[in-house]
Amino acid sequence: MIRIILTICYILLAPLIGGLLDGLDRKISAKMQRRVGPPLLQPFYDVSKLLTKRETAVTKSQNFLLISYMVLMILTGAMFFSGTDILMCFFVMSTAATFLYFAGVVTSSPYASIGAQRELLSMMIYEPAVLFACVGFYLATGSFNVADIARSSDSAIMYLPGFFIAFVFILTIKMRKSPFDLATSHHPNQEIVKGITSDIGTKNLAIFTVTEWYENVFLMAVVSLFVVNKNPISIVVALVVVLLVYFLEILIDNASARVKWQTMLKTTWVVTLFTAGVNLIILMIIK
Amino acid sequence: MGKGLKSPWLLHYDGSSCNGCDIEVLACLTPVYDAERLGVMNTGDPLQADILVITGGVNAQNEATVKQLYEQMADPKVVVAIGVCACTGGVFKECYNIKGGVDTTIPVDVYVPGCAARPQAIIDGILKGIEIYNQRAEALERELEGGIA
Amino acid sequence: MAIIPFLIIFPLVIAIIMYCTRINKIRNAIAYLSAVVIMVSVGVLVCQWISKGMETITLYYNTELVDHIILAAEIVLMGVVTYLSFKYKKAWVSLLSICPTALIAYYEIFGPETREVVGHIYIDYLSILMCIIVGIIGSLIVVYAVGYMHGYHHSAHHSNVTDRRYYFFALLFLFLGAMFGFVLSENLLWIDFFWEMTSICSFLLIGYTREEEAVNNSFRALWMNLLGGCALAIAIVYYGYTYENVDLHVLVSMGTIQSKCAVICVALISFAALTKAAQLPFSTWLIGAMVAPTPSSALLHSATMVKAGIYVLLRLAPAMSGTLTGEMIAFVGGFTFLITSFMAIAQSDGKKVLAFSTISNLGLMVACAGVGTSETVWAAIFLMMFHAISKSLLFQDIGATENALGSRDVEDMHGLLYMLPKLAIFMFIGIAGMFLAPFGMLISKWAALKASVDVRNIVLVFFIIFGSATTSFYWTKWMGKIISHSHLNGNPVKDKTKKNEMISLTIHAILMIALCALFPLVSETFVNPLVNEMFGKSENVLSNQVLFTLIIIIVVVFAVPFLAYLSSKQQKQDLKLSYMNGVNTGDNRAFTDSLGNEKTLWLSNFYFHKIIGSRKLMIPSQIFTLAVIVVMMCRIIGGVFL
Repeated sequence: MIRIILTICYILLAPLIGGLLDGLDRKISAKMQRRVGPPLLQPFYDVSKLLTKRETAVTKSQNFLLISYMVLMILTGAMFFSGTDILMCFFVMSTAATFLYFAGVVTSSPYASIGAQRELLSMMIYEPAVLFACVGFYLATGSFNVADIARSSDSAIMYLPGFFIAFVFILTIKMRKSPFDLATSHHPNQEIVKGITSDIGTKNLAIFTVTEWYENVFLMAVVSLFVVNKNPISIVVALVVVLLVYFLEILIDNASARVKWQTMLKTTWVVTLFTAGVNLIILMIIK
Repeated sequence: MGKGLKSPWLLHYDGSSCNGCDIEVLACLTPVYDAERLGVMNTGDPLQADILVITGGVNAQNEATVKQLYEQMADPKVVVAIGVCACTGGVFKECYNIKGGVDTTIPVDVYVPGCAARPQAIIDGILKGIEIYNQRAEALERELEGGIA
Repeated sequence: MAIIPFLIIFPLVIAIIMYCTRINKIRNAIAYLSAVVIMVSVGVLVCQWISKGMETITLYYNTELVDHIILAAEIVLMGVVTYLSFKYKKAWVSLLSICPTALIAYYEIFGPETREVVGHIYIDYLSILMCIIVGIIGSLIVVYAVGYMHGYHHSAHHSNVTDRRYYFFALLFLFLGAMFGFVLSENLLWIDFFWEMTSICSFLLIGYTREEEAVNNSFRALWMNLLGGCALAIAIVYYGYTYENVDLHVLVSMGTIQSKCAVICVALISFAALTKAAQLPFSTWLIGAMVAPTPSSALLHSATMVKAGIYVLLRLAPAMSGTLTGEMIAFVGGFTFLITSFMAIAQSDGKKVLAFSTISNLGLMVACAGVGTSETVWAAIFLMMFHAISKSLLFQDIGATENALGSRDVEDMHGLLYMLPKLAIFMFIGIAGMFLAPFGMLISKWAALKASVDVRNIVLVFFIIFGSATTSFYWTKWMGKIISHSHLNGNPVKDKTKKNEMISLTIHAILMIALCALFPLVSETFVNPLVNEMFGKSENVLSNQVLFTLIIIIVVVFAVPFLAYLSSKQQKQDLKLSYMNGVNTGDNRAFTDSLGNEKTLWLSNFYFHKIIGSRKLMIPSQIFTLAVIVVMMCRIIGGVFL
């Protein structure tokens, strides 16, 4: 029963939470730069404006690709909150990301295409850390099921500090934050215009933005899964950890400049291997 | 600000400006003026922009480009000409390659004079542009409703 | 069950008829007819087997005459190899054929009387599955080949190749017959014969054009496969002398209880399977096989040759579980999976991408078999099914695309959807079936990952994790190319695909979709019993919860894009030009450059061929895997004797 409530809550509230997080992000970023910054609800203003504009597209196929991207992303989160297999969740997420890639390349626009290529590359770069995290959960709690992981007697992070570091590291890629915001950036005026979203405007951009909110909430939920255990207090701790991680991402975003993909590939895979990989080896020996 | 556009996204185009006005446009986004508190974002992409902010006059080379960028923006859209060159052609008006102000090529809604235009004036111009945007958005809404009925 | 000798002998007879018929039309008609007959008889076999309660059936206990015929045929094969290796001045290759044949002949004539425990023919879930794959996919490839070879010999590219279609089709049927024999035999001597036969058929098929490159590649394929054949022959003779028995299933059960001799035999046979399944360090033969006409690549890659290796490994899986041999096989397979998927990223030739991805996927199957638990075998079986259909579809599609487009480079397939819509859709289905959730690779990867964690195989976990990331990369970028709006002229190209090619492609596509949609059902009714039979326990690999999730995913993945497509078709939208700094010339294909000229756009994918190209990676990884195999073989054999 609680699973169904959680799933419905996710589907209904994730855009709200995601939008608020986004607004918080912009507000905090502004404070870090000694600006006043936009209102907290700015992301919602943006999306509602995009929805009232006259619909445009470069090719019509963009629409259905982006809608598929959104629905599959929602499915990912819904599956997660209904407590199913976490590996399956990430597989569905990668399928969703594939649709985003298609939406990027379908117009053959130079900027969108190069953004999409970089997005694909980032997918390849972050996927190992994600799969490692799933394997880590399985080793630590004996199950791939989110429901079982969340009900384990100890927090998974006790066994998985390395996996946690690797996962937080790739969050920067996944949330498209500097220094790994190669595919597209929340900061305008970059070398590839708006990257993968260059040819996406009006309603389609709104779909993309809302999907990103869903995605961020899902990712934060995965972060919290590292902490949550059967003790209810752990949920509060998990919330604190999520906020800290989110703050860390904002800090990194504001304090770093974009890197080349080569650097991103090398650093990410090295970090993945030396944190998650080493953690995995130790875990396999002791468990 | 009340109801209406709360997230004006700009497309900033430099026609044949001396870059004086461009510096001032960018100054609007700095902590001193912080246009983002009004929801302003400087996108580089006409497909996502609401307000075309254009500096400098239009010349023979970039006329087609200006037209295309304007064309690519989704309705409703507003054009704000920044600086005297964008308004009328300014000191370059008589040059062999200059066609004149931006309004020789695309319809301009707000003229912000000055050489260079001050950031305060630019922000003011954008706010004026928002008002026009709101009117057009309402007109579009009526049109779309009519279309359905 | 007379249908079984019919299945094996009928293609062989047709092969002879094909060779003798020199009139194209008559031969084509016979080819169609026999393809249909083969499919029907596979159907009959399946029906008979189901009507007998889907139980294991063993047949033919006394087959002295057939044994003699097979021995004679094996010697003939040896003669062919010897002749050809002398003719092409590669005499040393003949040694690899003469030695094992002599060994086998010596054993059969002077060796101990063998005690038959089971029959010569063994029918169970696995062999039925292999029959279905070989029968359906193989026959469809024959149908496709009739049209393709016609076009092949009438195109200007191949004017220097002598038209020996009678020979080509004879080989195709010979191959099918050998494959049926291979998967249905229980007697290891028979298996060895059919093994050699597939090796030699593939050698002849690769060398079909008789061009220098083709001959070189065919000899590479030959010696690598014969090397495996040697290992197989040694294993059989050693095993036969020790136990006075040459049954595969007895060997497996002896291997399961770690009987000394059986351990060595299992190691040797699995080594032989590595060569056949084109694993590193023996991958190069499959890449070289690309020079052959497309139907033979399709046959070698999807339905037959390489699957024979996987089949053997699956049979041996219970005996390899938790042993050094299993470790070796899992390591080599996993390593191949990772490294060749890197190499696939660096390829832009469509056929090469397919070749590397075949090796890579086979690597995953081999690794699954090597781990040898019920879950991994389950995963391997599914991978094999998806792979057989998808690869056959993709190879045939690439062949047809090449005929129309004049190129098989992935870069030239930009906007294929708008140039050759039908072929592009088939290609899309083939690729999607291979790796998109929840089909094919993904679910198998899921099972493989879980199982390798369960058995604490750390290295394999690393291989699968990184390999799966790289695999999606090259498939996705290819799919993206197909659907991008064209930066080329964007006009439809004349589709030269023959009707029969289209029939084969359509059936493949339907099979692919059906397998994706009915996947939980197939798992429940066929693959679970198969795995349970192999491991003698009854458990569900897919828990009901996962199954339920899967069904939801399948429904969503099928329905959402479709519904979204329908609804967005009716949407009213202003179409805008794509953003090119305002200098788009008006059709999204060109822009105005700084001199005011129109410049056509050219978009290309990432390949990184200087970093991870096969030239750079192949030799080091061959050396590495060879070293691993040698060390592990020493450990296995040493471990038994010391």
